[in-house]
Amino acid sequence: MTSRRTLSHLDVLEAEAIHIMREVAAERERPVLLFSGGKDSIVMLRLAEKAFRPAKFPFPVMHVDTGHNFPEVIAYRDRRVRELGERLVVASVQESIDRGRVTEQTGPRASRNQLQTTTLLDAIEENGFDAAMGGARRDEERSRAKERIFSFRDDFGQWNPRAQRPELWNLYNARTRKGEHIRVFPISNWTELDVWQYVARESLELPSIYFAHEREVFTRDGMLYAASDFVERYPSEEPFAATVRFRTVGDMSCTGGVRSDAATIDEVVTEIAATRVTERGETRADDRVSEAAMEDRKRVGYF
Amino acid sequence: MATSKAFLDTELLRLVTAGSVDDGKSTLIGRLLYDTKQILVDQLEHIEDASRRRGYDYVDLALLTDGLRAEREQGITIDVAYRSFVTPRRRFQLADAPGHVQYTRNMVTGASTADVALILVDARKGVIEQTRRHSYIVSMLETPHVVYAVNKMDLVGFSEERFDEIAVELAVLGSQLDIRDATVIPLSALKGDNVVDRSDAMPWYSGPALLEHLETIELAADRNVHDRRFPVQWVIRAMAGEHHDYRGYAGQVAGGVWRAGDEVVVLPSGLHSRVAAVETVGGPIDEALPGESVTILLEDSLDVSRGDLLADPANAPVVARELTARVSWMAERPLEDRARLLVKHTTRTVPALVEEIVSVVEISTLEDRPGPGKMELNDLGVVRLRLAEPLVVDAYARNRATGAFILIDEATNETVGAGMVVDAA
Ligand SMILES: Nc1nc2c(ncn2[C@@H]2O[C@H](COP(=O)(O)OP(=O)(O)O)[C@@H](O)[C@H]2O)c(=O)[nH]1
Repeated sequence: MTSRRTLSHLDVLEAEAIHIMREVAAERERPVLLFSGGKDSIVMLRLAEKAFRPAKFPFPVMHVDTGHNFPEVIAYRDRRVRELGERLVVASVQESIDRGRVTEQTGPRASRNQLQTTTLLDAIEENGFDAAMGGARRDEERSRAKERIFSFRDDFGQWNPRAQRPELWNLYNARTRKGEHIRVFPISNWTELDVWQYVARESLELPSIYFAHEREVFTRDGMLYAASDFVERYPSEEPFAATVRFRTVGDMSCTGGVRSDAATIDEVVTEIAATRVTERGETRADDRVSEAAMEDRKRVGYF
Repeated sequence: MATSKAFLDTELLRLVTAGSVDDGKSTLIGRLLYDTKQILVDQLEHIEDASRRRGYDYVDLALLTDGLRAEREQGITIDVAYRSFVTPRRRFQLADAPGHVQYTRNMVTGASTADVALILVDARKGVIEQTRRHSYIVSMLETPHVVYAVNKMDLVGFSEERFDEIAVELAVLGSQLDIRDATVIPLSALKGDNVVDRSDAMPWYSGPALLEHLETIELAADRNVHDRRFPVQWVIRAMAGEHHDYRGYAGQVAGGVWRAGDEVVVLPSGLHSRVAAVETVGGPIDEALPGESVTILLEDSLDVSRGDLLADPANAPVVARELTARVSWMAERPLEDRARLLVKHTTRTVPALVEEIVSVVEISTLEDRPGPGKMELNDLGVVRLRLAEPLVVDAYARNRATGAFILIDEATNETVGAGMVVDAA
């Protein structure tokens, strides 16, 4: 009866994430899976397949579309959801602007990133979602290290770091009062490297911007941004061609690329394993604002 | 593919750290991360800056592990923080539980999923009440391996004699608490002796450095591969096309090795069947091991749903209406005799009544105080529960997955306690 087979770290992390997704499906009435088109949410889609096939997912997939996304990512999203045969809900920041729910910033530093919060909360309320699953990881940012896998939000979507439930064994308490909703992070314990290894192991396809390609970029605050119609440039910010890849796929206005020749998953994994700068510090302008930036945004309901 | 392949086969080791304030836990974790080259340029710049702002003339590695703003302001750690690091031999997941007396609940939380507990001891102070408390928790939660890091050896002149004294105290404690696998390592977190590299300052110590020990502890033997247990978490039904009439029971293996052909009893109903197939999304697999999330198909079409447990009929768990359990109480509001709570055990949640709080442990003497009438926040004790509906349980000492439960307050929905089954009827 004794079996010598050992489980690898990816096996264990995968089993944990599948368990969490099934708990959400079983204990919540109207869950939703948030999908950004990024590698973390692509991994989440794969995990959902593992958790629920051959049946359909017991929840829809929702994308908060800033309207300023990389076109490659939107194309990927539509194709992937169609292949899976699942239901896609798009919550649009442009619509929130048109309806006067939020006001668009102007100028070269304008970003729709903060506006997403309102669009997300409105969509959660309008659809009656009571649990939103996201692909955030604890290694992304220091305040995330203490966030629970099941994270409770009040009516304003706020996170209170001091009033978190203890999480013991694999026994998650998903109960809330009527009207409250929760965010669930099934891949909390994964690192960026784990995600890339999993992408490689499962042969998952990623949007092309994750791999080295040539594009027009400009330099700002020591980072490289894609030149696009969505971002106004200062006169000094001359665009030039460079070979880059992106490590996250947020809004074009705040997602920086890195110079890289890594054109395949294996090359990227090798590069990440040897990397000297953390993902968020390197490529997300929205976190550079202050040391406690993420924590502040989370308090007001950002994912 | 050289690099990625090498990392693909590493095992995951979950570690919980504990120590009292100022024992050097943050410094030790910072040192582990720093010496294993997990600290990236931007993080290092960040703590260099912060150290300078605080007027230190050295880089305070302890700053690597501090978290939320409130804690930064108060200069203390208040909640469990989880972080990861990786070496070519293992992938580590670390739950950092703060050391204050009032945060017992954090340590219990961290220890519940840990393979290894790392407990700090200050070489100048030796075994203190906090050491007892942490050891008690580790023993209660059956954390399979314990490592005592006897820190600040530099402050006792790297003395072999002092270390031996402490090792003897710890051995006595270990036998009182029935701790099975304990290792004691002398080190200096500040200077890095015996953390990642073996120290020249303690030639009398012939054991491994901390990291080497953590990289080589055998984990596979900790799994319960003898008692087949499978709590049904979710029923997968597909009506369409080729999967017409598909009915699979999805869940995470809680014990034993599962294969097609295995005899099955469904509990609490007592119905019998056999495993038709064990599957994942890719199709049938040969066997499923403890911890794996899989789908089990049965040969007979039975009425099985979430909350039921599949088990080996020749070696079945107890269908219980009464539980005697060790409990860690985690709420501000005390637990009292006759309290009503919800018990979440595996995938089943049932109402329960506290028949009696049997005893609460006195940490300083490790003695049970009988008939306390109530349990306060951070108390550890023994409780008798009567269940409104049956649960299918094993003793926690035999199987952590089917012996553990959480207590939920139905009025507030808060998780107010953790329980470990001692006895069931
Ligand atoms: N001499 C010496 N000091 C240490 C050692 N480890 C930690 N310290 C110091 O002890 C103090 C408390 O350490 P810290 O890591 O913040 O403790 P924590 O409260 O357990 O996290 C700090 O001043 C450290 O620099 C050690 O091995 N030797």
